[in-house]
Amino acid sequence: MSKELEYLSRRVASGKLSRRDFLGRAAALGVTATFANSLLSSAARAAGPVKGGTLKAGMVGGASTDSLDPALDASQVPFAFGKVWGETLVELAPGGGVEYLIAEEIGASDDAKTWTMKIRKGVQFHNGKEVTPDDVVATLKRHSDEKSKSGALGVLKGIDTIKTDGGNVVVTLKDPNADMPYLMADYHLIIQPNGGMDKPDAGIGTGPYKVAINKPGVKYGGERFANYWQPDKYGHADQVEIIIINDATARTAALQGGQVNMINRVEPKIVDLVKRLPGVTIRAASGRGFYPFNMFCDTAPFDNNDLRMALKLAMDREEMLQKILRGYGSVGNDMPVNKAYPLFSEDIEQRKFDPEKAAALYKKSGHSGSILLRTSDVAFPGAVDAAQLYQQSCAKAGIKIEIKREPGDGYWTEVWNKQPFSLSYWGGRPTQDQMYSTAYLSTADWNDTRFKRPDFDKMVLAARGELDEAKRKKIYRDMGEMMRDEGGLIVPFFNQFVDATGKGVEGWVDNPAQELANGHALIQCWLQA
Amino acid sequence: MSSPILKLVAQRILLGLVLLLAVSVLIFAGTQILPGDVAQAILGQAATPEALANLREQLGLNDPAWLRYLHWLGGILHGDFGTAQSSGLDIASSIGTRLKNTLFLAACAAIVAVPLAVILGLIAVRYRNGFVDKLISGLALASTSFPEFFIGYVLIFVFAVHWQIFPSISTVDESTPFLERLQAVVLPATALTLVVLAHMMRMTRAAILNVMQSAYIETAELKGLKPFDIIRKHAFPNAIAPIVNVVMLNLAYLIVGVVVVEVIFVYPGMGQYLVDHVSKRDVPVVQAVGLIFAAVYITLNIVADIAAIAANPRLRHPK
Repeated sequence: MSKELEYLSRRVASGKLSRRDFLGRAAALGVTATFANSLLSSAARAAGPVKGGTLKAGMVGGASTDSLDPALDASQVPFAFGKVWGETLVELAPGGGVEYLIAEEIGASDDAKTWTMKIRKGVQFHNGKEVTPDDVVATLKRHSDEKSKSGALGVLKGIDTIKTDGGNVVVTLKDPNADMPYLMADYHLIIQPNGGMDKPDAGIGTGPYKVAINKPGVKYGGERFANYWQPDKYGHADQVEIIIINDATARTAALQGGQVNMINRVEPKIVDLVKRLPGVTIRAASGRGFYPFNMFCDTAPFDNNDLRMALKLAMDREEMLQKILRGYGSVGNDMPVNKAYPLFSEDIEQRKFDPEKAAALYKKSGHSGSILLRTSDVAFPGAVDAAQLYQQSCAKAGIKIEIKREPGDGYWTEVWNKQPFSLSYWGGRPTQDQMYSTAYLSTADWNDTRFKRPDFDKMVLAARGELDEAKRKKIYRDMGEMMRDEGGLIVPFFNQFVDATGKGVEGWVDNPAQELANGHALIQCWLQA
Repeated sequence: MSSPILKLVAQRILLGLVLLLAVSVLIFAGTQILPGDVAQAILGQAATPEALANLREQLGLNDPAWLRYLHWLGGILHGDFGTAQSSGLDIASSIGTRLKNTLFLAACAAIVAVPLAVILGLIAVRYRNGFVDKLISGLALASTSFPEFFIGYVLIFVFAVHWQIFPSISTVDESTPFLERLQAVVLPATALTLVVLAHMMRMTRAAILNVMQSAYIETAELKGLKPFDIIRKHAFPNAIAPIVNVVMLNLAYLIVGVVVVEVIFVYPGMGQYLVDHVSKRDVPVVQAVGLIFAAVYITLNIVADIAAIAANPRLRHPK
């Protein structure tokens, strides 16, 4: 009997038998629908990707103001569509490390200052032109130019010179940086013909799909690029589409009604309901993103470490995780990194809710009266609830928190990084160095906790130039502990990216770097008939 | 034709133009008060000071406000709305497509809602204070009292998720064939109809009832006319002005007030376009859309005024 079923499931996988007929026959053989379905999906995986069809994603995070210029990408939809039509030098691999795309190989000099990137030959742009090292140089120059408005400008600040050397691109840095390959995975750095100097929003790249529809805020479409260089790996559907559905309920309904095959950002509060829908699979991936409560270390009353520590101890992280994220995440430890980072030391002691100790430290700090905490719906999903929950746990330690709910419009310009105690989110960075350098160096533009410590800066630079992994790990451990005990950061939890796929979507590989499998869902998945 | 009507109409149109100009100043002033600017909003959390300064320079944000306003107004007078600061796309063509979509949806809703509201209003008057009247009023009030998003979600749940008769996403574009387009807007148009129906229906009912108090209605009753004929021939024509007024108000709402419905049904109309650009502080687009919305309101109000004037026999037949 099982042999017959296996044979039949293979026929379904190869498209010779319809799924419905198969289920009918399986039922006739006395097999439950659940078992028959699982048989089908394993047969599908074994049979390999199915080519054809249109794969559609319903996504939040797009607006009619978006442009195809990768330098300006700042939200989820332009990010995900960028992965459809463009490619960077390298990509963050699902299991850590990098996956080589336009660059075939990246090598460092012993001092980690000079980096040689071998550019892959035979990769074509959508306009038929082959990618040359000159295109790569132009791209890096456009994004690292001081006059650039690129979102990658901060990442590329450390670059001194960029030039070609035969088939290679050689980049020299001002200071040693062992993480240089990770910097090249930044999603803004899509390689464009002549670096996009001529027409940055032309949408011409080397990705598996050509731009076919470009309606910002409404819909994007891609059509398979015939000359794509790795057709076995990516680009299984004939067409892909992104439909912008900013309303969470509408997004779920579209998935349920079969109008889209996948959606991003399922809200934690409805995940358990969505899970029960027939044919829908929740794809939750633990990542590096976290939702911090930021205190300015240089502004009263937060310039007192006893007070900061009291506020940290008054955070009930477990309760937060369960009530705000419904468990779709992991507790934070008041540092901006977690075990999703390479070279993270997991043995750093986890901070726990301790109202008594918090009360004692609060008293010792000498501060009295209430503390103003600013929050808004846009800070992160559930931010207002999180502030209220925190208010309650603080009350148990005798600390009075006053909550000010700010309008979402203008929150990032008027409140975040401007007010001394507010809620925010960070999507994380590929490496610890990048995370610390972006937000916790004294000189960082986005130092949103005003953490300015020369001794910490020295540790960041030392770790960055250190090629010996064990030594580096030790420095990162010290940095983490320093941040945890003296920083202005309260991290209740790291969030998971929660996406969902509908019936027949196969080939999904979880990737902790970003949602929708680091934006690869549309190019790596296929539709099983 | 007599001159008083023409004079009144000319007056109304002139007033409308002055109003439009005043509105443009108000909109501009309003956009200046918004916190942050377009450069900051485009770059978002990823803004570095250098990138900000570069973008501001490039977008000409360093000019004084009045100069930017005059530039913009001059462009409009030449039919040029300029380009969106955020996406760099031509505003006139973006708005063109979106305005067509919005008008199509509004028209679909209006074609159903207006006759339905008037007929229901007439029926309610005919059976006033009876069971039918109460039923109509009750249902209409109930549908109005639910927020738009709730009606939208219920429609999606029943027709798109449960029965799967209509799509829950109403994304249309220029290449969408007419029938498909019609099918796409069924649910949003239904939601809008339910939202505006009660207002028009109750106004129709009230206006006709008001006329029904008049002496000539009593005369008609004494003549022995049928109740429905009295309403249709004698009461309704005299209640036209207030009815047209409320219909126009609701038509304007169907065009400029449908953001929530557009968001829920993912319909690419003007509302969503405006909201996106307000949050990006994209002043030229906000100005252009605001001006179009104001023009819609003013025009429809002028139409209502003219209809009221035309329906007034004392103006039609001056002594």
